[in-house]
Amino acid sequence: MMEIATTLLAAPKWIIDLVGKDNVFWADYVVVPVIKIVIVLFVVLTVVAYLVYVERKVSAFIQARLGPMRVGPWGLLQPLADGLKLILKEDIVPLKADKAVFLLAPIISVAAALVVLAVVPWGAAWATISSVNIGLLFILAVSSVGVLGLVLAGWSSNSKYSLLGALRSSAQMVSYEVALGLSIIGALMFARTLSMTGIVEAQQADGMWYVLFQPTGFLVYLISALGETNRAPFDLPEAESELVAGYHTEYSGFRWALFMMAEYAAIIITSSVAVTLFLGGWTGLGWLSNLISGWSWTHSIISPENLQVILSIFAFVAKLFAVIYVYMWIRWTWPRYRYDQLMELGWKWMIPAGLANIVLTGIWYVLALPKTSGGLFGLMQNQGGRLVASGWGKIYFIATGFAGTVPIIWGILALINRRSRDFNLHEQRQLQVRLRRERLQKGAEPQPAGD
Amino acid sequence: MQDQEAAKAQATLFDAEEMVLNMGPQHPSTHGVLRVILKLDGETVTDVDCDIGYLHRGVEKIAENDTYAMITPYWDRLDYVAAVSNDLCYVEGVEKLLQVEVPKRAEYLRVILTELQRIASHLLWLGTHAIDIGAVTVLLYCFREREEILKIFEDFIGARLTAHAFRIGGLWWDVYPEFEQRVRDFLRILPGRIDEYETLLNTNRIWLSRTVGIGLLPAEEAINLSLTGPVLRGSGVKYDVRKAQPYSAYAEFDFEVPIGENGDTYDRYLCRMAEMRQSAFIIEQALDGLPEGPVMAKVPKVIKPPVGEVYHAIEAPKGELGVYLVSDGTGKPYRMRIRPPSYINLQSLKRMAVGHLVADVVALIGTIDIVLGEVDR
Repeated sequence: MMEIATTLLAAPKWIIDLVGKDNVFWADYVVVPVIKIVIVLFVVLTVVAYLVYVERKVSAFIQARLGPMRVGPWGLLQPLADGLKLILKEDIVPLKADKAVFLLAPIISVAAALVVLAVVPWGAAWATISSVNIGLLFILAVSSVGVLGLVLAGWSSNSKYSLLGALRSSAQMVSYEVALGLSIIGALMFARTLSMTGIVEAQQADGMWYVLFQPTGFLVYLISALGETNRAPFDLPEAESELVAGYHTEYSGFRWALFMMAEYAAIIITSSVAVTLFLGGWTGLGWLSNLISGWSWTHSIISPENLQVILSIFAFVAKLFAVIYVYMWIRWTWPRYRYDQLMELGWKWMIPAGLANIVLTGIWYVLALPKTSGGLFGLMQNQGGRLVASGWGKIYFIATGFAGTVPIIWGILALINRRSRDFNLHEQRQLQVRLRRERLQKGAEPQPAGD
Repeated sequence: MQDQEAAKAQATLFDAEEMVLNMGPQHPSTHGVLRVILKLDGETVTDVDCDIGYLHRGVEKIAENDTYAMITPYWDRLDYVAAVSNDLCYVEGVEKLLQVEVPKRAEYLRVILTELQRIASHLLWLGTHAIDIGAVTVLLYCFREREEILKIFEDFIGARLTAHAFRIGGLWWDVYPEFEQRVRDFLRILPGRIDEYETLLNTNRIWLSRTVGIGLLPAEEAINLSLTGPVLRGSGVKYDVRKAQPYSAYAEFDFEVPIGENGDTYDRYLCRMAEMRQSAFIIEQALDGLPEGPVMAKVPKVIKPPVGEVYHAIEAPKGELGVYLVSDGTGKPYRMRIRPPSYINLQSLKRMAVGHLVADVVALIGTIDIVLGEVDR
């Protein structure tokens, strides 16, 4: 409790004036958070609606067409029209569905997705609702409740397609959550904190984005996050061409919209964790704020501190959209995995890669500790109570990350998977072709008819 | 008594029965109104039963009450994504019965149009096959090129989908002046575009793992199931009606018949991709050697073939499309029987799908390349 209290930011002066000096506690713990929650929810839900628009525009861009163009200029009002249509649509509950569960499922889904927004550090200083010291753990824990919504939806619909979709999603999410959890540990070793704000500040102190220290962790995270959010090529629970719409086949109208909302909110959350953990969070536009606050006339418009925060929000959102664009890019270019192949990728590739990454990162880290702490190379210094890599230390970590961890993990994965069917399809195909030719020559099979 | 009840309870608890999944007739990837009744053990398919007939119109019976010229439009609607090829089969069948010599120019134009239709049909197949496996973008790319072909058809024939191109005895009109240039323009862009699809799919890990070794069909079995077209050639059997019994002007052109090696979904995919390139090659030769002259033979206004019967087969995009016509000397056929390649190729679905997963069934329906208009007739 003490920890939370110190990390929570105090209310600004004008709010304290509003509620009175005696009610500072209320200002700190109720008024300010509520304002922030309202703003974040409003913005995120709008962004979610517009993400659908962005997705349609991006897919149109990839597929050589225009995308939505009719509603408003460049189709900009399309999300509004879609939302209106979904609200006005008939809300159908199948006759044989388990009604209570059927109605509850989308709520669970969307609530789990939105609660997590509380700890996402949108920017520096006041631009986060609550900086909890176990932020990352909180995100992982709450977002895994979301799968319950899908499972319940599939089960209660009393439809075979929904049931298959629910079965797939529960298996998929359970296996990819493990990989997701493992992939972030490497970066946490450098950050030495679970607080989302703390992780960003650690990267600021190190002067380095952890994607450079942790290329494998980043890759495993990105792929597992795709699996966790049911995005193509892992969109098996709602595989359109196989299961019609998977777990939400029987949903219509606004309940269906809730599922979509949850899905896109989950994309925002997994991307924001990727940005926070690996891409330096809201850092990156410090030079711009220094430049602008260097001009003294701007001080009357905006204080240097607030300017910094607003620019940091911009930096965060820009990185967020870059990651989301990559997700969309992948979705519109790749075919879908089959269920067994998906499991194989999860258990035989992602989880071993995540585990090996932890071990290797641990070894590199221990070797680089200061000589006083028993390290071999002494490439880290103690700065204000936390270990920071020196100049050579940074080069060492980047080098071990790219030239050490990546090839070793690739070797381990190749060793594990060398007997698997999908490991080297080209070679296997050639082998099959050669075997068939031999059989043909021996006369074990009828010769193909000539023309 | 109690033991029996306990055993029964245990049986219902632990002996999971097979799940029957009714795929279709309304399903995104059964390519029309095909109903596939799947028996599933988990997600593994243990039995497949195709229920067809949702699009049955009785074309063969209707034909007995129509004059020969009136039947042709019904053929457009059999395999409605390759209307031009269907027409060719029927009109050549009737011409065989009438023993009419079709002008050279008409023969060449027929080859050009049918091969364009083959490319269009294969493009549609590629797009839908890819979208079944989850690669959405390929569909849009394929439609971009198919659109060009449909525009060429539209300007010549007036229709895009059910293009009623041929008449008994030749073509109704000669092509418009820019026709040759437009076809050449299209042929210039096509190879690059096919490369584009192949970049997206050929070496894509997911595409490979979804198609290599899926629906393996050895040559012998493919022959026994009397499969034709790319499904047969994918298994390594070099049978193509254009080569085996050359019709129209095909004997005059030089082209390869691509065959697969293993008979899996990937081979059938490669086969069709190679066929598109071969079709483009044939069209080029036909355009280079396009003779001048009339496009319509002397055919009586009222067609009354002599008493007799005829079987004529062509290589439609989906396989051997045949027509069996019996004439009793009147203006209407006594009997018309269609050999639909989709219908016969569909029989291989059960053979291919059992033992695979639900997701593969979708891929396999795609690889057989069925059109329900032709299956149900």
